[in-house]
Amino acid sequence: MEHTELLIPHLFRTEFRKIVSVLSKLFGLAYIEIAEDITSDTFLLAAETWGKKGLPENPTAWLYTVAKNKTKDYLKRNQLFNKKIVEEIKYTSTSVEEIEIDLSNKNIIDSQLQMMFAICHPSIPIEAQIGFSLRILCGFGIDEIADAFLSNKETINKRLFRAKEKLREEKLNMEWPTINEFDKRCQAVLTTLYLLFNEGYYSASQNRSLRKDLCVEAMRLTYSLTENEKTNTPNVNALLALMCFHSSRFEARTNYEGEMILYHEQDEMLWNKELIQKGELYLHKSAVGNNITKFHIEAAIAYWHTQTNKNKEKWEKILQLYNVLLQIEYSPMAALNRTYALAKADNYEKAINEALKLKLENNHLYFALLGELYVKIDKQKAMENFAIAIEKAKTLQDKALLKKKLAEITL
Amino acid sequence: MKEFMMIFRMAPIGDFQPTPEQMQESIKQWQDWIGGIAAQGKFGSTNQLGFTGKTLKADGVITDGPYAEVKEIVGGYIIVKADDIDDAVKLANGCPILFMGGHVEVRDIMQIDL
Repeated sequence: MEHTELLIPHLFRTEFRKIVSVLSKLFGLAYIEIAEDITSDTFLLAAETWGKKGLPENPTAWLYTVAKNKTKDYLKRNQLFNKKIVEEIKYTSTSVEEIEIDLSNKNIIDSQLQMMFAICHPSIPIEAQIGFSLRILCGFGIDEIADAFLSNKETINKRLFRAKEKLREEKLNMEWPTINEFDKRCQAVLTTLYLLFNEGYYSASQNRSLRKDLCVEAMRLTYSLTENEKTNTPNVNALLALMCFHSSRFEARTNYEGEMILYHEQDEMLWNKELIQKGELYLHKSAVGNNITKFHIEAAIAYWHTQTNKNKEKWEKILQLYNVLLQIEYSPMAALNRTYALAKADNYEKAINEALKLKLENNHLYFALLGELYVKIDKQKAMENFAIAIEKAKTLQDKALLKKKLAEITL
Repeated sequence: MKEFMMIFRMAPIGDFQPTPEQMQESIKQWQDWIGGIAAQGKFGSTNQLGFTGKTLKADGVITDGPYAEVKEIVGGYIIVKADDIDDAVKLANGCPILFMGGHVEVRDIMQIDL
């Protein structure tokens, strides 16, 4: 009994997404809700039956068989749906019994990748893409998604509902994009996975295990792209390398109380060496072809951050990479990080001079950076800047960290 | 914001062959300067020009070298985004060409609606 209670949520996480993807491909994406309902019903029946009769020998196979039967039942019961859909299902047979519901490993993997491309369609708003990915590709509950976004169930449900409407409006299907469209669509998938990872890595949610789950899921999905010949591009490998390097510091960046520990104060022994090595492997694999993308540069920056040497060379490399990254794509975070690297590689005076040109007065991190740069040069100014940063910080966690910094300055 | 082009000009330095260290240092200076513009979100695009060039004249005569009859050659350009020409000139401060005996010409880019 206890065993069942633990097993079902686990199987829900791993099998829900597979069954939904396969059934959606069979029905057409417009009917994704029916695929979800059938899959949910299957898990409901599993909870009832296994609780009473004990676990079947092969729980996953049991789920697949029940899902297949429920699908056939559904098609039989709903003559209207039957007439409408069976024509759309690309099978020559019209008899329900003959419809093959292909839950083979190959079709599961293909269906999930195609689902990923469908969900990450540019016509769907990005936050809906992330929510939708968590639901359909990662099997997250609505509660968990709401928690990750610091939102509520109603908002998330609305977002997912609108995303499904878009799928119907745009008549999106679960086929591979054409060769002409492939790069653009692949880029859209990577952007979503990148944001999904960041959502976990930088999220303000206090739920550390949930945040870690988000990162793990983003990495799993990115990894699945490297497993497929079509999608195993240098860019995908660069993104996976980036994720490996960042997540190597997951344990080191918060303490037991969940407080943030800044990079230069982290215990380097807690950096995960296995993940760093994996990152190096994927970074190596990404270094083919002539196309240097934002992910390549970010992965290289992340690589240098995994190096424990404190010399100027490391910061000089990081500075030069940020110089290139900013030329590819500007972002306030990259601008701030570049200025910090400049301080470390060259000197603090120069960095202050450059920081004052950034004009990011709405960003608390801008003042935190100025505070940090002034500490050794002008303590009064350092304190003033930290005070503004505290005022502008949005979360209590950020405010607490900055207050600690301010308190450490002694005149 | 409007777009401006900065053109880097300097007198050619004969047969000057920089050492690898000098090359490295020069790349850093340029990259740090451009990175500083990019960090302000004001970077457009840039290109460094090489040393091979030919000049075509109206009478069909082709001469070797970009600097046949000029004292200075164009070494490269950068396109930046700035509020106005004064703002663009401010960005030109610190350009490495200024420390190499050269100068920066800042020009507005005309928007022509066709």
